[in-house]
Amino acid sequence: MNITENVNKVIFESIDDLNSQMTDEGHLEKSMETALYGQKSKLDSFGLVNLIVDIEQRIQDELGFSVDLADEKALSQKNSPFLTINSLSDYICGLLKENLTTK
Amino acid sequence: MKNKKIILITGTRKGIGKYLAEYYLTKKFFVIGCSRNDSGIKSANYKHYITDVSDEVRVKDLFYDIRKNYGQPDILINNAGIASMNHTLLTPLDTVEKIFRTNFFGSFLFCREASKLMRKKMYGRIINMSSVAVSLDLEGEAIYASSKAALEKFTKILAKEVAQYGITVNSIGLTPVGTDLIANVPREKIEGLLKKLTLKRFTGFEDISNVTDFLIREESNYITGQNINLGGV
Repeated sequence: MNITENVNKVIFESIDDLNSQMTDEGHLEKSMETALYGQKSKLDSFGLVNLIVDIEQRIQDELGFSVDLADEKALSQKNSPFLTINSLSDYICGLLKENLTTK
Repeated sequence: MKNKKIILITGTRKGIGKYLAEYYLTKKFFVIGCSRNDSGIKSANYKHYITDVSDEVRVKDLFYDIRKNYGQPDILINNAGIASMNHTLLTPLDTVEKIFRTNFFGSFLFCREASKLMRKKMYGRIINMSSVAVSLDLEGEAIYASSKAALEKFTKILAKEVAQYGITVNSIGLTPVGTDLIANVPREKIEGLLKKLTLKRFTGFEDISNVTDFLIREESNYITGQNINLGGV
């Protein structure tokens, strides 16, 4: 599996976990276009924080990297990495590649 | 450690932290402690980590290890702290940074990482050790009191941010205890401080565990974002 596939697997596992704690109407679709943030998102701030923390922990457990997804770099991006699953996946892959090159 | 509640206490090598670790061991908790050096506490129900509470990488490693081996702590007591008395005009910036690193940054890191684990169980109790120096505006303690004032404000706001996870966050305003923390404070300063208290005596360790016991009780789940000062301050 390449980095993108690994990252998407981690994100979808976290969404499964989050969905298991929610009613059917609140379930997030496991699609790359699913909105995580903004008016189109089904997540409130509580859900988004939970999802991000869960993804961070899974990245550490499954991929062996300790990352802060909501650091200054993420918050200062012109387009928020948290808009959709696709943008989050791209952002995480970028972080992991940086980590690999600096290791 | 099966079925035991897990309590994580920082600064357990000596003083209040050591007392609380030993006290909660007698109360049948599984105690996780940490300090910069090894601990003398020997018990099958005690795990010690050597770490600097303000070192983010080390703290994250500590919590990763806790998560893998023990699950999540039920209770966190942020006890590790340092004090330094000096007139502001004579205080080097290094001293300010050192005090804030331990008293505020360290407590912040432990609150953040513990809350991440506690949220899974939708349960947690966090207690931050503050000081009556915040309320008394003591001369010579501008930096120490400021670091604790930051911690008290953080306690109140964090309480709101993690309430949805079933986590309560409170602080205790400690009065002087006969520990190393005040070993270098002149006797007349301590006596002056004691005079400002409603109850004019040193704090006993049991005065502190009385309040921690109260805050971690199941029935205290409706108390959060509060600071409880000892000594009637």
